[in-house]
Amino acid sequence: MQFDSISAFFNMGGYAFYVWLSYGVTALSLGGLIISSLGRKRKVLTEIAKQAGREQRLKQIRTSEIKGG
Amino acid sequence: MWKWLHPYADPERAYKLSGTLLPWFATSALLFIATGTSWGLLFAPMDYQQGDSFRIIYIHVPAASMSMAIYMAMASASFVGLVWQIKSADWAAASMAPIGAVVTFIALFTGATWGKPMWGTWWVWDARLTSELILLFLYLGVISLYASFEDKVLAARAAGILALVGVINIPIIKYSVEWWSSLHQPSTIRITEESTMSSDMLYPLLINIAGFGLMAGAITLVRFRAEILSRNGMRPWVRALAEAEGAK
Repeated sequence: MQFDSISAFFNMGGYAFYVWLSYGVTALSLGGLIISSLGRKRKVLTEIAKQAGREQRLKQIRTSEIKGG
Repeated sequence: MWKWLHPYADPERAYKLSGTLLPWFATSALLFIATGTSWGLLFAPMDYQQGDSFRIIYIHVPAASMSMAIYMAMASASFVGLVWQIKSADWAAASMAPIGAVVTFIALFTGATWGKPMWGTWWVWDARLTSELILLFLYLGVISLYASFEDKVLAARAAGILALVGVINIPIIKYSVEWWSSLHQPSTIRITEESTMSSDMLYPLLINIAGFGLMAGAITLVRFRAEILSRNGMRPWVRALAEAEGAK
């Protein structure tokens, strides 16, 4: 262990601002990327399910028109 | 080789294979980054010139090296997609571009926060920094080209050509510190000779470089799977998946 205490660790030998700013921004941007990437699958699948539903309804309307006509 | 490789170009197989690989990549990435980062922050000895500010290296160097490695992977996938017209390769390239852009941003940002206390400035227009900034713009160009066409075959071709032309920037980034005088220091990790860095500092760095690579791989797999689904929305197996998702 290079640091004597927790406060020395957070102080980073006087460079706390620069060190924690870079680690913080890295964590935030990677976290954002990971969350948005994980969310894509669900988004794509709901989009496809919607599209499938629309096609299903169109088909039903067409067959009922043929029967009615 | 093509006989062996070709089945994996089938979207459903590619989807399943990447699903099998994903947990391995994700778990090992997490382990590597947790080890490398805590070792680097807590146990690596302080630099005698830079004090504790040098600990930024444990994200700066992995991010910078991955920004170039991801670009080469993306350009290779684009090349395969352009030459052999394998759509999965195009989708892989499209999945990598946003990851590369984020990693390049991290390399630039951590470089600035390291430059400020050490060089006295956040930014200089020297060869290394400028060429890395151009890399970010190349990634953004590939992303927006791929997004601007409704026809994704055309989109992948346009984005792929940009990605391939941009490869010229990679050796420029790599050798910029040797070709031009720069504030940026040359590499301290040597592959063929002994590194100019003590091993207590070097090992956590190597672990984090591997960790960033594995993490980029894991995120690529996640995005690649979503891209496969979105490009194959008409196929029955995707429809079945969508139905199951919609029923939830």
